[in-house]
Amino acid sequence: MSVLVVVECADGEVKKSSLEVASYGAQVAAQLGTTATAIAVGHANEANLAKLGEQGITKVLFDAEPRLKDFVNNAYTKLIATAAEQEQAKIIVLANSNIGAAVGSRLSVRLKASLATNVVELPKIAGDQFTVKRGAFSGKAFSDVVLSGDRKIIAVKKNSTEAKHDAGKTAEVVSFAAQLSDADFADAPTQVIMQDQAGGVLLPEAALVVSGGRGMKGPENWGLIEDLAKALGAGTACSKPVSDVDWRPHHEHVGQTGITISPNLYIACGISGAIQHLAGVNSSKVIVVINKDPEAPFFKAADYGIVGDVFDILPKLTAAVKALN
Amino acid sequence: MKFLVCISNVPDTTTKIAFTPDNKEFNKAGVQFVINPWDEYALTRAIELKEAAGSGTVTVLNVGEADTEPNIRKALAIGADDAIRVNAAPQDAYFVAEQIAAIAKEGAYDVILMGKESIDYNGFQVHGMVGEMLGIPTVAPAMKLDMSGNTATLEREIEGGKEIVTVNTPFVASCQQPMCEPRIPNMRGIMTARTKPLKVVPAIGEPARTTVAEFALPPKKQGVKLIDAENAGELIKLLRNEAKVI
Ligand SMILES: Cc1cc2nc3c(=O)[nH]c(=O)nc-3n(C[C@H](O)[C@H](O)[C@H](O)COP(=O)(O)OP(=O)(O)OC[C@H]3O[C@@H](n4cnc5c(N)ncnc54)[C@H](O)[C@@H]3O)c2cc1C
Repeated sequence: MSVLVVVECADGEVKKSSLEVASYGAQVAAQLGTTATAIAVGHANEANLAKLGEQGITKVLFDAEPRLKDFVNNAYTKLIATAAEQEQAKIIVLANSNIGAAVGSRLSVRLKASLATNVVELPKIAGDQFTVKRGAFSGKAFSDVVLSGDRKIIAVKKNSTEAKHDAGKTAEVVSFAAQLSDADFADAPTQVIMQDQAGGVLLPEAALVVSGGRGMKGPENWGLIEDLAKALGAGTACSKPVSDVDWRPHHEHVGQTGITISPNLYIACGISGAIQHLAGVNSSKVIVVINKDPEAPFFKAADYGIVGDVFDILPKLTAAVKALN
Repeated sequence: MKFLVCISNVPDTTTKIAFTPDNKEFNKAGVQFVINPWDEYALTRAIELKEAAGSGTVTVLNVGEADTEPNIRKALAIGADDAIRVNAAPQDAYFVAEQIAAIAKEGAYDVILMGKESIDYNGFQVHGMVGEMLGIPTVAPAMKLDMSGNTATLEREIEGGKEIVTVNTPFVASCQQPMCEPRIPNMRGIMTARTKPLKVVPAIGEPARTTVAEFALPPKKQGVKLIDAENAGELIKLLRNEAKVI
């Protein structure tokens, strides 16, 4: 019985959500009295993989096949399934990311495992009963789900658990060959196009997010959002109507039909707080709302609020952040 | 080209979520159900591709009890040709995927489309399970889908960017924005939908692998702390010293 953690890497670095997942997997292993092994996917740097020891991982498997650099659903599924068989993993932990969801669902059929996505807490294990808490109803509720069967796959929601950090500990990096064939790469992407990231912060992974709605009046005013985001080291987001009219790209749209995020801090500027918008952000730890309408529904979901004009307030906030640093 | 579009029946997006007194089930009382918003992208795109090709069929599939039929009819009114309902309450993602895979196999569908996830259980699982059960590629989540003969070109969202993926039929794709502008039914569609075939079939397969022990609502917010606009910089101090998030 062991725990296998799927660690996603990009540009040599382990993604922040995968550090959280590594830490989660190590804690599950401790609950079960076993160790956690990681399997790396994507473009990994071996020194960074060894540092997963700081999150409690003892061993990292790494397949140097160059075609694994970009996501290929079939190849990743086979790689992880092979590692799971080798390690006799009963529990597989991955991030609730686009890669995690695509691979986790295929793996659950291949490995005959029960699967829970969007998981927000460590499992409760009582004898044979294995229960995880997950987000449901677009962040408007939670459900405790009992996973049956011998094998279980858990996809952990980003920013819902903290990555532990035990400085100086290292994991053993072991080369691993899943013996992938050309057929496993039949669904390989023909092209990968990366977006421009405001300040280099990836929205789905961001711990701090500054977001703008229709109250920003037009794309020419987004410099105000970007200035504050840059000063904070935050990602930027927007409401649906903003991306619908192309003021901002679709990948910044958060909400029921956009992406769901759960940063530590979400600053909403000129956003009314419609229920479909809230669905994408209401699990943020702290919500700040800036709106000139004191009746805006978003104030009901907020921790801090300023009733006022975003065009006056945003420069003041940016100046205050700069003064702190 | 034979398209199979899977739709789920979900509470309207403005629904206040509540549960039965034992917290074991979603309380449906007074709730309006709609086609899952993500599934509308899948449905509309299938209809657009069929229309562009000038031939083909779009079949709508729902795993659900009889109360989902108004939304199946709505999908027919939007432009699907026929529908299948697997007569069972959806138990979990695996159970639903088994039903879809069985129907897809029997009907030899070329393209299986569905939404990225349902807005009630937020599983984001069914697409991959169906692809694996059928041994065909899955592209999830897909933001763009074009067909040329039996070859599809899709844009798949990845964190920080997108991939262009080319696959041959049959394949599964889970759809999301900005794939198309979802259509709403017109009067003529609503009239013709009444006579389009809707087949009801029994469920097959194994019991569910996951069960919900309990639902819970998130803890209530403490209430908003308002900061004077004149003194906006005060907020930053509170975020550092009180909330400790920056
Ligand atoms: C099926 C469905 C799915 C949806 N999915 C999503 C989704 O995923 N994400 C999403 O965001 N929406 C979604 N919506 C749309 C949602 O219902 C709202 O229409 C949308 O969130 C409103 O965006 P907004 O707050 O930016 O704009 P508005 O509602 O126009 O609000 C603008 C706000 O800005 C304030 N304002 C204006 N000027 C200023 C100023 N100078 N200073 C300060 N404040 C100012 C106004 O008081 C107002 O509150 C969905 C809707 C449906 C039906």
